[in-house]
Amino acid sequence: MLEIKDLHATVGGTEILKGLSLTIEPGEIHAIMGPNGSGKSTLSYVLAGREGYEVTGGRIIYEGEDLTQLNPEERAGKGIFLAFQYPVEIPGVPNSTFLKEAVNAVRRYNGEKELDAIKFMKMLRGKTKELDMSDEMLKRAVNVGFSGGEKKRNEVLQMAVLEPKLAILDETDSGLDIDALKIVADGVNALRSPERSSLVITHYQRLLDYIVPDKVHVLANGKIQRTGGKELAHELEKNGYADFVGEAA
Amino acid sequence: MSVIPFMTDVDAARSLPGADIPWLQERRASGLSRFDALGVPTPKLESWKYTRLRPLDDTQYVPVSDADGQVEVSQIPGIGNALARLVFVNGRLREDLSDLSELPNGVRFGSIDTALNADADWVQEQLGKVAGDADEAMVSLNEAMLDSGFVLHVPKGVVLTRPLEVVYIGGLTDRAVAYFPRNLIVIDEGAQATLVKHHDGRGVGGYFANAVTEVTVSAGAFFKHYKVQAESIYATHVTTLYADVARDATYESFALSIGGLLSRSEIKVKLSGQGAHAAINGAYLMRGKEHCDNTSLVDMLVPNTTCKQVYKGVLDDESRAVFQGKIHVAKDAQKADGRMLSKTLLLSNNAEIDIKPELEIYADDVQCAHGATSGQLDHTALFYLRSRGIPEALARNMLVQSFLGDALEEISDETVRSVLLDRIVRWLPAHCFLAEEWKETA
Repeated sequence: MLEIKDLHATVGGTEILKGLSLTIEPGEIHAIMGPNGSGKSTLSYVLAGREGYEVTGGRIIYEGEDLTQLNPEERAGKGIFLAFQYPVEIPGVPNSTFLKEAVNAVRRYNGEKELDAIKFMKMLRGKTKELDMSDEMLKRAVNVGFSGGEKKRNEVLQMAVLEPKLAILDETDSGLDIDALKIVADGVNALRSPERSSLVITHYQRLLDYIVPDKVHVLANGKIQRTGGKELAHELEKNGYADFVGEAA
Repeated sequence: MSVIPFMTDVDAARSLPGADIPWLQERRASGLSRFDALGVPTPKLESWKYTRLRPLDDTQYVPVSDADGQVEVSQIPGIGNALARLVFVNGRLREDLSDLSELPNGVRFGSIDTALNADADWVQEQLGKVAGDADEAMVSLNEAMLDSGFVLHVPKGVVLTRPLEVVYIGGLTDRAVAYFPRNLIVIDEGAQATLVKHHDGRGVGGYFANAVTEVTVSAGAFFKHYKVQAESIYATHVTTLYADVARDATYESFALSIGGLLSRSEIKVKLSGQGAHAAINGAYLMRGKEHCDNTSLVDMLVPNTTCKQVYKGVLDDESRAVFQGKIHVAKDAQKADGRMLSKTLLLSNNAEIDIKPELEIYADDVQCAHGATSGQLDHTALFYLRSRGIPEALARNMLVQSFLGDALEEISDETVRSVLLDRIVRWLPAHCFLAEEWKETA
């Protein structure tokens, strides 16, 4: 599904990722944990293709294809989805319009027929019901006036309607209470299938009680310092990241 | 020899409406002498600091002829549900394209020529009533050359539920022409009306339109005044609007500017009765080398008046815009509430906005505020949309519409709002296809 080899990336001329390697097989959920400033968000932006995040070395192979030359919308078309740590507010654009434009853009990219308004709304209502979201949130402008939890729930809704092959969750758990956390987790778990993979980036082990990862990686100083099973998350929760930060320094 | 340096054949214009009416000829002569003394405005004048009427330096214009008004036109813009419509082509009323069949009895709506023939006294009473003998070159010039225009009079208590419409189609001449409409709008006590004005430029001919509009909104009346300025890129469009808003009356205006080589819209509103309210809003979208100037003065003269102003602009390429907004609160105008907001989105490094908000307050118990910002598209928002698969061009269009959204919300007439939104969508780069439900909710 995804193979990252010796990835180096800079932001504003500063190297943040310094030889990161990682392989995710189809159907797997991987977690990346690490201290602040270790490069977690940079990795998510590099994978999604954000401008200003420059790959200076290494490769990102997604389903056999080099991703680095593709723009963000092409990556989304190929099934990559990034749930933002800080979802963006877009005044004046109703949430349902935004979702419809997104779904149909991805369908067009894949040579599929666009959904008409009726089919789209039917699909959307089904998803909001699953996620216990009100229809009122669809009428409101994208993320405007949403609480922190609503914004994250909205990210999960976008993920649910776009049905990505590779979902990247960038600290989606930050600032969430336990109920919202469960909804996010349910959203990710609902997408679980032998063809889909997820990369869950988090600072805390808490989310991984609900999204049980196949593998846990520790990212510090721009590199994967250690890889283990789900028990590694518990170990980190107990001991913190001091060992890894020290080791890399 | 003409005292109008950028015009030739001015005598050809002497078949002006009301040429046999002495008081009107006197006013024309007075306007001409004032214009002669003032000259074409230059950036040396404070209110013209950022706008130079360069086309008037480079071009010799001739007055429009009757024949210019008869050129064939198609695709007349409109809102679809107008109660009555006047269509002017190159400043001349086209009865064949106009429709007054549903106009209620007692409502006067027609060309100024018709009004002069039917009721010259009424025109004499209204002409200059709000504008005065303004010490303004372009207003004086309009008075001197007054060759067209429309009148609207809604009598006391009459409520018009559907908008009236005026369409100005310019261009389509084989030489550079100039015309000078004077529009007189009088909304009597307790009356309500909506007027939508379209300026549509066609062809590749240069033209200069210098219009003056006078609006009287009497006590308790409500007047909504909307304008779509879509002149051609060969057009110079200068308008000056004077409005007097009486006790408990509301004047609501919105101007969408999406064309014109050079456009200048100056609005001067007097809130002269307690409880008077003015909403002076607009949006402009410019590209190429277009220049758009929105200048306004709201005079809050008596206690308990309110005004709100929201202008939003989108500038691409090497276009340039000017926003000069002034709220003046007189010494007696206690409890005045004045708000002014100007926001500009610069889509290109070569675009320019000059903003000059001013509050001049002589009363001591008022609430006044102004805000002005300019900036670029939000890169994070752009990335957010693209990361959901939305192509960059469409994402940019969505953000431009998002930016303009709250200005459009100031338009209280939903049909008009939707028509204006449609014009904006058509201005945007072609890859935009807008979901229908967006229009419904916007």
